[in-house]
Amino acid sequence: MAKLKDVSRYVRSKNAGPFWITLDLFFDGEDNYTRFVDAPALSAEGVARIYGVDPAQVRRYPVDSLHVLKISFPRQTPQGGAHERDMHGGQQYIRLLDLELEVASQA
Amino acid sequence: MREATRVLVPSGQLGSGVRADELQAGLSHRPHAIALDAGSTDSGAASLATGRSKYSPDTVRRDLELLMAAREQAGIPLLIGSCGSSGADMAVDWTLEIVRGIAAASGRALKVALLYSEQDPSALKVKAAAGAIRPLAPAGPMTDADLDACDHIVALMGPEPFIAAVEGGADIVLGGRTTDTAVLAAVPLMRGAHAGAAWHAAKVAECGGLCTVNPTFPGVVIAVDDTGFEVAPLAAKNRCTPQTVSAHMLYENSDPFRLTEPGGVLDVTDARYAAADDRTVRVTGSRWEPTPYTMKLEGASAGAFQTIMLVGIEDPLVLEDVEGFVARMAHVLRQRIVRTMGADAAAIDISLRPYGWNAVSGLPRPAGTTAPVEIGLLFVATAPTQAMATEAAKTCNPYFFHLPVREGKELPSYAFPFSPAEIERGPVYEFRLNHVVETASPFELVRTRWVTVDALGARSREAALGQA
Repeated sequence: MAKLKDVSRYVRSKNAGPFWITLDLFFDGEDNYTRFVDAPALSAEGVARIYGVDPAQVRRYPVDSLHVLKISFPRQTPQGGAHERDMHGGQQYIRLLDLELEVASQA
Repeated sequence: MREATRVLVPSGQLGSGVRADELQAGLSHRPHAIALDAGSTDSGAASLATGRSKYSPDTVRRDLELLMAAREQAGIPLLIGSCGSSGADMAVDWTLEIVRGIAAASGRALKVALLYSEQDPSALKVKAAAGAIRPLAPAGPMTDADLDACDHIVALMGPEPFIAAVEGGADIVLGGRTTDTAVLAAVPLMRGAHAGAAWHAAKVAECGGLCTVNPTFPGVVIAVDDTGFEVAPLAAKNRCTPQTVSAHMLYENSDPFRLTEPGGVLDVTDARYAAADDRTVRVTGSRWEPTPYTMKLEGASAGAFQTIMLVGIEDPLVLEDVEGFVARMAHVLRQRIVRTMGADAAAIDISLRPYGWNAVSGLPRPAGTTAPVEIGLLFVATAPTQAMATEAAKTCNPYFFHLPVREGKELPSYAFPFSPAEIERGPVYEFRLNHVVETASPFELVRTRWVTVDALGARSREAALGQA
């Protein structure tokens, strides 16, 4: 088991338009990318649980050339409502940093 | 091979600060146009709901002075998309007034094309009735009530109105809401460059220096030819690398491989990024897949009103159990509002957010988390009118200020930074639409207006004002 923050060189989150959040996980090197990109905690179901969204709406894009896993999902409420706490979605990645990643089963 | 079409992109956003030295470096590439974007939904719905620019007129004027001088020097068109942050009609006109002021000082006549893409709800209702408006995930079908709720609705233009304006002889094109990419892709597409390369180059350059090693240098230049494109920063000491350029497809984008635009989809799945020299990247393999023409709609309006208060707390007894304290505070404030405001209370929402503890996420902290040394507790009252929100804040004020840690203890006083403590924040602005509209042509929902600006026009207007 390893924490995401220990196997990535950079993690960020941002709005992708007013209705979506997108997470970019830049793994630290090809080995870490290969080992953890399919970790169950980073599956659509895992991410949906963390952000309280429908797993069917979570989209995952492994970008092999950059050792990046991109994950996008609809915001629970559109940007800027009465209860907005993170207008640009820029702090949404924080709750991923301590996520324990298990190597996917086939490895 | 046809000559490449070069576009100078001086920054990611008009008003964010273009650099005179970079513009001169950019002109040495002999660009065919200067193009940049002036808008975004990134900062929230306020700009579109109000039609007002998020940047001050002075910052926009400073950038425009430099850009108009560079345009004049090179004799090339200047294209600006999504004027005044939102690209609403009044934001285009606001930008025109700044251009007029600068032109008046320079004394040269300029031909300006204004492209308006704000939409009348009644015209869109006709479109909706014909089944020509579709939701984008996660939105549901649009109703007429959604359209009526918006203060401003804009449709995102493609490159075609910009191309028509440049072909019509425009020195400056001031566009209403436009996709960030379309304004940069317009002149390469007009000159017959590879469509996939033109759109991909535009996507890479849309945020200016963000696709470079050092994004504090704002400008880049793109050169699009028959098979691909090159991108390089304007600042001599900055660099683009295959990694910085390819990584930009990730930025603020839900899908890093496919980007839907008016009239097609850019697909970069098979794009190849290679260093052309130590600061220039060449990209090939980008594809453009034409589709029936659609324009994305954006709509926004002012909703409920908020009044806020902030109090600072260093009391260790409070900080031992921030969540317990905040929960009790919420309960006490709710009771107070129900007792004091009667029937109005049901329409009032109170939100308490302890900055320094869990205000950003709103999630409980794990047991055993170290206590903070201080918190800033933000009180947010949301109500149908500003007066009601302020009434709620004033009603809650003594309890927000003095709530003891335990019943029966002496009343503490927490640290208000302001007097009066309450701040009227104005309305909550919200996006209302997440839909696309099918159009018969790229021009169906766009209006073009031609204006000549010159010193004489400005003087005569000033004279008229002087006599009034």
